[in-house]
Amino acid sequence: MDSRFRGNDETLRNTSPIQTQVMLDITALRAGIAEREILKGIDLNIKPGEVHAVMGPNGSGKSTLAQVLAGNPAYEVLGGSAIYNGEELLELEPEVRAQKGIFLAFQYPVEIPGVTNAYFLRSAYNEIRKARGEDEVDPLEFLDLIEERMKLVEMDASMLNRSVNAGFSGGEKKRNEILQMAVLQPRLAILDETDSGLDIDALRIVAGGVNALRRPDNATIVVTHYQRLLNYIVPDFVHVLANGRIVRSGGKELALELEERGYDWLLDAA
Amino acid sequence: MTQVMTDAVLAQDSESPEIGRAGAPMPVATRDARTAEYVALFDDVDRTSEPQWLGAQRRASIECFATLGFPTTKNEDWHFTSVASLLEQSYAPVATGSLALAERDIEQFRFEGEWQTLVFLNGNFVAHLSDVEASAKLYAGPLRRALSDERYARVIEQHHGGLADTRTHAFTALNSAFSGDGAFVHAPAGTVAPRNVHLIFVSDDSAQGALLSPRNLIVMEHHAEATVVESYVSLGNANYLTNAVTEVYVADGARLRHYKIQRESLRAYHVGSWYANQGRDCAYEAFSFAVGADLSRTNIATLLDGEGSHVSLDGLYLVNGEQTVDHQTSVIHAKESCTSHELYKGVMDGESHAVFNGKVYVRPEAQKTDGKQSNNNLLLSEGARVDTKPQLEIYADDVKCTHGATIGPVDSTALFYLKSRGIGPEIALRLLTYAFAAEVLEELTIPAVRDELEKLAFERFAVGA
Repeated sequence: MDSRFRGNDETLRNTSPIQTQVMLDITALRAGIAEREILKGIDLNIKPGEVHAVMGPNGSGKSTLAQVLAGNPAYEVLGGSAIYNGEELLELEPEVRAQKGIFLAFQYPVEIPGVTNAYFLRSAYNEIRKARGEDEVDPLEFLDLIEERMKLVEMDASMLNRSVNAGFSGGEKKRNEILQMAVLQPRLAILDETDSGLDIDALRIVAGGVNALRRPDNATIVVTHYQRLLNYIVPDFVHVLANGRIVRSGGKELALELEERGYDWLLDAA
Repeated sequence: MTQVMTDAVLAQDSESPEIGRAGAPMPVATRDARTAEYVALFDDVDRTSEPQWLGAQRRASIECFATLGFPTTKNEDWHFTSVASLLEQSYAPVATGSLALAERDIEQFRFEGEWQTLVFLNGNFVAHLSDVEASAKLYAGPLRRALSDERYARVIEQHHGGLADTRTHAFTALNSAFSGDGAFVHAPAGTVAPRNVHLIFVSDDSAQGALLSPRNLIVMEHHAEATVVESYVSLGNANYLTNAVTEVYVADGARLRHYKIQRESLRAYHVGSWYANQGRDCAYEAFSFAVGADLSRTNIATLLDGEGSHVSLDGLYLVNGEQTVDHQTSVIHAKESCTSHELYKGVMDGESHAVFNGKVYVRPEAQKTDGKQSNNNLLLSEGARVDTKPQLEIYADDVKCTHGATIGPVDSTALFYLKSRGIGPEIALRLLTYAFAAEVLEELTIPAVRDELEKLAFERFAVGA
């Protein structure tokens, strides 16, 4: 991997004093599934306040990168490192990563019939608080918090008593992911194809939710195939993944170029 | 979860079928000796106060039992469940246990709301804790008392023993020979039962070594509606054998909800058999919840003998340790346009063993049958096992029938989803297990029962439990 394509490339750096600390430093990351190598050496460097878009054609490894960072045990890490706030992320259990502020918005949110959204959200919230040495939240206080966050993604309060994602439409599932993110307040959010299957109204709502949650001390990785979402969540950096490697990095204008020219010219160059 | 659709046996059992869980084969001599022991005790019981027809039924039944003997695993219906451990001791067929019971002992088993509760302790009716209903809308009281009441004696005689299969089911024959008291529920034509009926069969430590043979009869006349819940509970840790039989008549247009909650002592054995007969345009909702007993066996059989009727057979079993839980269901579609829906779910932990055997039989004249059957099992440990055998036999050509079974561990994707939200593996596993189990409880249409069973299931999987 050529270092000039890395996110911390001098020419691409958005230099404000607050962003000098690196949040996530991925070096030569290799990973795969069922003995097939998918990520073949990823280098990526993310600082607080930044939004990174990871784009690429189907099968390029975008979703694998998202899953590996969140700790999905179905994937095997074959080499490299991912230092998150000074600690090796790849050695941590998924729940510990979440407790330390990593959040993955799933491409295919899982249905859990029999567990209500409210119970699920409160369990997650309390587990994260416990891990940080904080007290469990008072249920009524928590209800206020959720209701406030639900407005952000324009969700109806009745969703709280429905089973997690069970029978939800595609748009409702994605909004539910963003609601979870809004409640759990991660330091590093990874959105895996959050735009897939959304109509334009739902896309606006979801993007609006993500933007409202942006803070100078948190960062976002947006994994997407299409440029469309990036009209609403404007990235600081765009990385193109092909065949398990980052083949090009640039600013937000790279996404527009991809929209116009497709991926083939980059694949040929790679 | 692995999805398996099959007509064949899904056996995870590599052991020889003749070998019981304890690993020791059951000697034929023991089995025959035990059978003979119970037969020999038959004449010791004083039945002079009973009607003659009942005595005749008992005598015919003990003869059936003597011929059948206790089942072995060579018997197709008992292929996966060995009763060897049950035959290691003899149980006294006449209830001699304690008659002392206080409200505070059984409070915990009562449901929220307006229920009519009948309490039986170690086989005997406990009048001071019970509430007998004998109005124009419903009779729900002890069978023995009703037998000597001229208003009911004839209805009982017409129905008692009409459905229980004593010719092929040894335990049913044994119950019919030795049956003690139980409940008689009679809903006259067109009536709606004023309250739901709860039968609580309690055993305490004085039931040690007893054979308890509750016998219930439910007669729903045409267009009547009622709910009957049978609870089998224990106040101690005694080793006894409950062998219960309930006969159920659901006439044209009638509707019966019939639930069983089996929470016997973990040292007890439980065999419970329901035999139902359904008329036309009626509905029978049968649910079995099983968490107790060392070994439990539930048989539920219904004959859809009128057009346009519905039966739902659902159940949930949650076992652990060395427990064995066995459900056998049988639905016979004998007439056109009937529906049968069946969902059984189970969660097995430790070294426990579950058996499910569901038969749906569609006779040639039962066109337009709609039958659905599924059995889903969650294995929480390496040592737990399941034998499931959903079976369809169809002799009509215009029918819609599906069946399937699944056996598997907790869904790893769902587990990862919960972990990715910061929830640790132990809580995540319990949450998913509860969710798996709770789905079938949604089938319960009486909120008080559903809430109670959700609570029982939740406590079982609650953190730190």
